[in-house]
Amino acid sequence: MTTTHNHKHKEMALYIEGLTVSFDGFKAVNDLSLYVEEQEIRVIIGPNGAGKTTVLDLICGRTKATSGSIKFKGKELTRLKEHEIVHAGVGRKFQNPSIYEDLTVFENLEISYPRGRNVWGALIFRRDDEVRKKVHEIAEMIFLGDKLDSPADLLSHGQKQWLEIGMLLIQDPELLMLDEPVAGMSVSERKQTAALLQRITKDRSVLVIEHDMQFVEDIADRVTVLHQGKVLSEGSMERVKSDPKVVEVYLGH
Amino acid sequence: MFADYTLNELTSIFAMQGFAGLILFSIFVLMALGLAIIFGQMGVINMAHGEFMILGAYITYLSSTVVSEYLPGLFNVYFFIAMILAFVVTFALGALVEWAMIRHLYRRPLDTLLATWGLSLILQQLYRTVFGAREVGVSLPDWMMGSYAITDMIEVPINGIFVMVLTLIITLAVYLMMQKSSLGKQTRAVVQNRQMAGAVGIDTEKVDRYTFGIGCGIAGVAGSAFTMIGSTGPTAGQLYIVDTFLVVVFGGASSLIGTVASAFTISQAQSTMEFFLSGSMAKVLTLLTVVGILMLRPQGLFSLKIRR
Amino acid sequence: MPFTSIRELLPKKDLVGFAILALIIIVLMPLFLDIFRLNLIGKYLTYAFVAVGLVLCWGYGGILSLGQGVFFGLGGYCMAMFLKLEASSPEATAIQSTPGIPDFMDWNQLTELPWFWEPFHSFTFTLFATIAVPVLFAFIIAYAMFKRRVGGVYFAIITQAIAAILTILIIGQQGYTGGVNGITDLRTLHGWDIRTDSAKYILYFISAFLLFACLFAAQYIRKSKLGRILVAMREREDRVRFSGYDVANFKIFIFCAAAAISAIGGAMFTLQVGFMSPSFVGIVPSIEMVIFAAVGGRLSILGAVYGTFVVNWAKTSFSESFPELWLFAMGALFIGVVMAFPNGLAGLYQSYIQPWLKTFINSMLSKYQQYIPAKFGLGKPAQEAAK
Repeated sequence: MTTTHNHKHKEMALYIEGLTVSFDGFKAVNDLSLYVEEQEIRVIIGPNGAGKTTVLDLICGRTKATSGSIKFKGKELTRLKEHEIVHAGVGRKFQNPSIYEDLTVFENLEISYPRGRNVWGALIFRRDDEVRKKVHEIAEMIFLGDKLDSPADLLSHGQKQWLEIGMLLIQDPELLMLDEPVAGMSVSERKQTAALLQRITKDRSVLVIEHDMQFVEDIADRVTVLHQGKVLSEGSMERVKSDPKVVEVYLGH
Repeated sequence: MFADYTLNELTSIFAMQGFAGLILFSIFVLMALGLAIIFGQMGVINMAHGEFMILGAYITYLSSTVVSEYLPGLFNVYFFIAMILAFVVTFALGALVEWAMIRHLYRRPLDTLLATWGLSLILQQLYRTVFGAREVGVSLPDWMMGSYAITDMIEVPINGIFVMVLTLIITLAVYLMMQKSSLGKQTRAVVQNRQMAGAVGIDTEKVDRYTFGIGCGIAGVAGSAFTMIGSTGPTAGQLYIVDTFLVVVFGGASSLIGTVASAFTISQAQSTMEFFLSGSMAKVLTLLTVVGILMLRPQGLFSLKIRR
Repeated sequence: MPFTSIRELLPKKDLVGFAILALIIIVLMPLFLDIFRLNLIGKYLTYAFVAVGLVLCWGYGGILSLGQGVFFGLGGYCMAMFLKLEASSPEATAIQSTPGIPDFMDWNQLTELPWFWEPFHSFTFTLFATIAVPVLFAFIIAYAMFKRRVGGVYFAIITQAIAAILTILIIGQQGYTGGVNGITDLRTLHGWDIRTDSAKYILYFISAFLLFACLFAAQYIRKSKLGRILVAMREREDRVRFSGYDVANFKIFIFCAAAAISAIGGAMFTLQVGFMSPSFVGIVPSIEMVIFAAVGGRLSILGAVYGTFVVNWAKTSFSESFPELWLFAMGALFIGVVMAFPNGLAGLYQSYIQPWLKTFINSMLSKYQQYIPAKFGLGKPAQEAAK
């Protein structure tokens, strides 16, 4: 694996080519091709039903592709199972905060810690200093350092979103996929989240779905606009915003 | 095992067993229809479904006794009255159970299963207390007795034909109800998106209650049909519950046509094998095959690829 | 090892619970009950194994099995086959037309021992098979279902169907299985007569010991990361999957663990009661075993033991005096425990008795603190609680 810090010649991390999935003949994603560079923050936008969430589902293996290929760091993801895709370095946050409400914040993070992932490993897993240190470090990062022992269902909506992001971070994925990370957050929480994302994307690629345009402008390196399962436009935020096709889709009809 | 029979005999055996299978098929379909509506549309497993069926059977038995005692003139048509009564009573009990129990458990399907099992125990004991542990049978009017000879080797009983015609009519009625009536449309709307259905003004609680009631009501009618081919006892319903569940699951849970087709497959397989093997081995083989197929194809035979 | 100390595995609260249960089962019951009643309790103990298994797979794993009787029965039948062969020596069965085979085979015109009975001449093999056969069976079911992501009510229904199939099969094949009567008239284990009072005492204590071994194993699983993963899976299966776990493997494991524990119970049942029959395998006994766990509290392994005792004690006393009321009571129990007390006895204890107990003990402690030597450290929790 080669990581160059030269911004002009970054390696591609994720190759999606000719990706198609159809549900009873309806093509939710239609011959889609998408490339994400290493350390890039890519935001996918598009109207409802454009296939954004489906693209993330396809990458993380939740939905099986009808045809096409998804290559990540040289591995073909379409042939792997969900947990194998995670082991390959892909982390995914769901649209609604998906955390374990019966467990404490500490336990939530601990479960996501990438050790003891098979049955035997889980039986002999030990909460040692290494685990504790990592959990504390991540908890500080996601602003929950003082909440480690409280049950996760007592957190606010925004804090739950952060906790789920934290659960991904502790896995240290090389590709982080976030589905509407700031939905339902207050203005100040959004700012904190934007700062958090800037910080955590230092050494990984990030794929974000978001509707909040201000937030998109704050974080995106590049933006991909999806429409009816296809890429409508791609490039910097400025370029995309002035693309007549995009204007047509968002404001037309 | 076929070697001992002539071709002609084999044809007759298959025809007769096929017909016996068709009666079993009718019971399966009627039981499974109610169960499939409730399970497919509401995700609720009703373990007391067999007891609802037996309630219908007891009501038929009661009507037969009352009519022959006090209104002998009506005896030829009492069966139709009994069926309507069976439907009304089981519907009412179903709606009551939904209101008192099921609606509190919608998010806990496994608990519903246990609670309705408890209900089935109570109903069984209730039947035993009221009607006694002995099995009871109904007396049929003359026109339902006897059999119809197709060839000199193949005879079919008239009550069997009657039950099948009845099954056909009820299945069609249920199909039309789910597809065309406003209740059916509302039910399907609630299944697809409960919140949205509520938002556009559908009384989702009422729809749930009616759906559950109708499912139980159909079981009641199944009970009426059941009296013609079997005797009614407190625990007779329990004997059919596992088979019926398998019929529903095998058929794909959410499709009525699937339910009918799977009831047909299972009942035919069982009754054909029954002639050549002992009854219990036929049942073991049938159930084992169904479970085996379900392990390979858990979504059932007739389900569409759906987006999860 | 995941636990550095016994404290971590058994926090004070659990330790007290284990100790009280041990006191009741190992000391009080044998001390105050005659051998007839104690043997009855011994029978309940063997059911408690199943209930503990159900707490693991249903309470923690969210997998409701309506077929635990299958594993209890398979374990019990394996043991019964060994004992039956020992009871069917050629000398003891000389009057049969084929001496040396179990009596029911002779009645069903079998003239030689079926091949799958042969290995059960060996006690070592029997001990192995008692666990291995049920676990293998559980593994096949669980692997087929969970790898295809079938769960919830589907799984419950399939396990129920399997219980039904196995019962019909056992009853139908009476020449090989003893049919509806089961395998009866078991006498000795390596020449040791299991029907005597002293043997019954010893077997009671073996059951109690094995039950505690299983309870410790269950406690270990609960407290390990695997226990937390099960809880997490029950809530958000997808999240666990996308945290890099193969969810199916964990479900298979816990289902097999529950099957193994149930099988031990079944084998001990055969030894203590002296027979095994299909009436412990089918739909009705299997679902009754679920109610043991539900009454005890589906999340409490110790509660499962109490739940088993309470339900069976009620069943025995009802059937003695008002047999017709028992089904009503049982039905009401199913409905009540689901609708009103989803956490069973353990839940009631936690929300009513425990707080009261705590205040009571603390008030007692602070009252008599000056009399308690400081080295016992008993005053400490009271002080902490007072803060």
